[in-house]
Amino acid sequence: MIDPDLATQTIRQALERGATDAECTLAEGEEFSAVVRMRSLEKLKDAGSRAAGLRVLVGRRAGSSYTSDLSAAGIRMLVDSAIEIAAISTEDPHAGLPDPSELGALTADLQLYSTDIQNLDTAYRIEQARATEEATFAADPRITNSEGSSFDAYSGARVFANSRGFLGSYRLSSCSLHSTPVAREGQFMERDYWYSSARSYAKLESPAAIGRRAAERTVRRLGARKVPTQKVPVVFDPQTARSLLGNIFDAVEGNSIYRSASFLAGKLGERIASENVTVIDDGTIPGLFGTSPFDDEGVPSRRTVVIDRGILKSYLLNTYTAVKLGLKTTGNAARGITGNTGVGHGNLYLEKGDRSPDEIIRGIQKGLYVTELIGSSVNIVTGDYSRGAAGLWIENGEFAYPVSEITIASTLQRMLTDVESAGSDLDFRGSVASPTVVIREMTVSGH
Amino acid sequence: MSLSSSFFGQKFGITEHDLESYLSEALSAGGDYADLYFEYLATSSLSIDESIVKSAVQGVSLGVGVRVLAGDRTGYAYSGDLSPEKIRKAARVAACIANGPAQVEKTGFDESHKRNLYPLLTAPHETSLAERVELVKRADRAARAADSRVFQAQASYVDSLRQVLVATSDGVLSFDRQPLARLGVSVLARDGNGIPQRGYSGGGGRVALDFFQNEKTPEHFAGEAVRQAIVQLDAVPAPAGEMTVVLGPGWPGILLHEAVGHGLEADFNRKKVSAFSGRVGELVASPLVTVVDDGTIRNRRGSLNVDDEGVPTERNVLIENGVLRGYLYDKLSSRLLGSGTTGNGRRESYQHIPMPRMTNTFMLAGESDPADIVRSTPRGLYCANFGGGQVDITSGNFVFSASESYLIEDGRITRPVRGATLTGNGPEALKYVSMVGNDLQLDEGVGICGKEGQSVPVGVGIPTVKLDRMTVGGTAG
Repeated sequence: MIDPDLATQTIRQALERGATDAECTLAEGEEFSAVVRMRSLEKLKDAGSRAAGLRVLVGRRAGSSYTSDLSAAGIRMLVDSAIEIAAISTEDPHAGLPDPSELGALTADLQLYSTDIQNLDTAYRIEQARATEEATFAADPRITNSEGSSFDAYSGARVFANSRGFLGSYRLSSCSLHSTPVAREGQFMERDYWYSSARSYAKLESPAAIGRRAAERTVRRLGARKVPTQKVPVVFDPQTARSLLGNIFDAVEGNSIYRSASFLAGKLGERIASENVTVIDDGTIPGLFGTSPFDDEGVPSRRTVVIDRGILKSYLLNTYTAVKLGLKTTGNAARGITGNTGVGHGNLYLEKGDRSPDEIIRGIQKGLYVTELIGSSVNIVTGDYSRGAAGLWIENGEFAYPVSEITIASTLQRMLTDVESAGSDLDFRGSVASPTVVIREMTVSGH
Repeated sequence: MSLSSSFFGQKFGITEHDLESYLSEALSAGGDYADLYFEYLATSSLSIDESIVKSAVQGVSLGVGVRVLAGDRTGYAYSGDLSPEKIRKAARVAACIANGPAQVEKTGFDESHKRNLYPLLTAPHETSLAERVELVKRADRAARAADSRVFQAQASYVDSLRQVLVATSDGVLSFDRQPLARLGVSVLARDGNGIPQRGYSGGGGRVALDFFQNEKTPEHFAGEAVRQAIVQLDAVPAPAGEMTVVLGPGWPGILLHEAVGHGLEADFNRKKVSAFSGRVGELVASPLVTVVDDGTIRNRRGSLNVDDEGVPTERNVLIENGVLRGYLYDKLSSRLLGSGTTGNGRRESYQHIPMPRMTNTFMLAGESDPADIVRSTPRGLYCANFGGGQVDITSGNFVFSASESYLIEDGRITRPVRGATLTGNGPEALKYVSMVGNDLQLDEGVGICGKEGQSVPVGVGIPTVKLDRMTVGGTAG
């Protein structure tokens, strides 16, 4: 692993060159990808890289730099660049590092790194991708083409240090299996996908399960039609419902709040959603993709209730946005290698309800079940929401036929208030998760 | 330019002998073709928020990507370290895609291109950081001064210079120095305690600082951002359902990028997964429609002297008078399909495998007066500006987001409406084009195109165009 000492040395150099405070991030990673398409190996990628990022404060002026050159000369240039560019920024009374009392790291085993992935040889990895595509083809004769199936793996490490004495590091690993089939029937051609990803190979779903699901999701889209423009209940499947959590995140993260660039700015403590909406951000759940021992400013990850049965309980904040709002950081600092610290989330999810997706569908006379959303006309400032959609039309509690080339529209304010229920099918497939969600009414635009 | 006088020759001492040895390592397991892509990217970015320059960043990213082709297979590896042993190791890893005796590659290189579509008065590193700060400060002042209803302004300026060296096993060597700069202004405005509205404007291209001092000034972008936010203060809910849509000139050309551009990328067509597969020679648009992809326009954001595989870019006709003429190729697709190259092989960085991508995609001007186009529309939607868009290339369904649009009532542009998504089907949508204006405009230079996780800068353009039918996704009945 990359030597954490390089981060403390870089900080020492920055302080010697005139910085009053400094933060250094080191990242390294190795990526592997094998793509099999139409039963034959198509792509193989195997490579690694490293990078360092530095943020300095010279008084209240901040400057940042980054490099992929970690040689002594590269680090010297990194330090010089940050000091040089800090001189041309403006004094910002709110700029600073976390209070030393806030710094720290979770000590439990968070299961973010597993050696079982690196033990798989290239031939085995290719075989996993091949088996996934084979299972996809085997599931339905209408799957006649494919954009391939892939096995991807990643392993890496992250180091963070600051001039207030924090030094932390952790390793990460992940692997995933994807399948992207193409189905054809008559003049109709449709594509969809399915995947599994995990921090250890042991937790990855089987090629057979992924292939079957990818095929089901694709063939059910064949023969899609447009529907007339109307207002109906809209059911988001767990995959598309995740994007609603993403919209909620954008509306509660500190930068949009302090700029009044969110429809939820100033709404802390108010009812903003129906009783059925409880949203949690939890960066501490072992083995998940949104988990880390500390955030990107060296503050321990934690569990934050964002919305409790419809009441807005907390924004998600880093140190800067917390200071701006007169609040405390929630341990949600996020920083790539480049630039200032932004706000990110841990595992952000909507708490599940008690009805199964089948029960939910059975209760709907006429409505839309959304399985794909495209485009992003979602305005966090006003809450206006309008997106392209595809899915299945519901009639008398059953799926009647596939639909596409339509849009769904409302406002996020109304949608949150209109959440009629959340399903029991919460499933963590990434750092954002949601069960099935039912919105009482949206405008479906078609012909 | 010779290798010894090039950036990589000078700074890293790379010689033709080195390149030949890396390429033979790459072909040591019998690949058909190999190439090396050396990249050195220096970027600086500044942003102002609440009249404070809060973020100031500069950085460097460098590395080399090694690619080996064996039939339709691709092996790829890269290194962020340009030492000979690390490059050789990457070459050996990429070589593994093939399985056969070592290929003997050609010795010696010919240089590919001899033009410069983006000459610079001064390179970014020759101008002071203080001059760049002044740009965002000017934008901030102009936005705040433009209208008392503006209560937040942010501006950002990013410029970069990318040095590229491509060496191929078929003996082509190409060098390029690619500048890219962009200034963006975002504002929030509100009436009293009303709902805030956002406005955004930005632009740039393969230009440097002087472009923003002399041609498109910070005041220009600030004024446009404020105008858009103020217009939205009076916006009514967007209509829902099928109706006539008139697209204004310029950035609405994103319609072409989504509706046809992606579907014509040769990788999708080689695999027969695009809604346009096998349809060359067919009518896929109204006879009024001619669409080109042109990577050779001076200083445009999507332009390149050579693509990221070392192939000179071209002006390629995609649709001519409504008839589908051809696809956009990278080297792999043109090898497998036995077609010529079009100079559309692009990649985000040395860490990425090239694939067919657009450059600057636009519709040629027609003969109608834009005012007549609006006058001829009894009821419809006029779209002046868009956010982004997306397409499902297999079904052909696409969307794009109208950020500034107006109702057309009795042949006149009337009330502004709130943001809404427009949707259609690629091979069908352009058949409804009934009028094409004589006012072709290219966009201001902000486009970023994403495909399979890779982002590249692109341009779009369109004249005023009337589509007799398109689905508009608002909430009003």
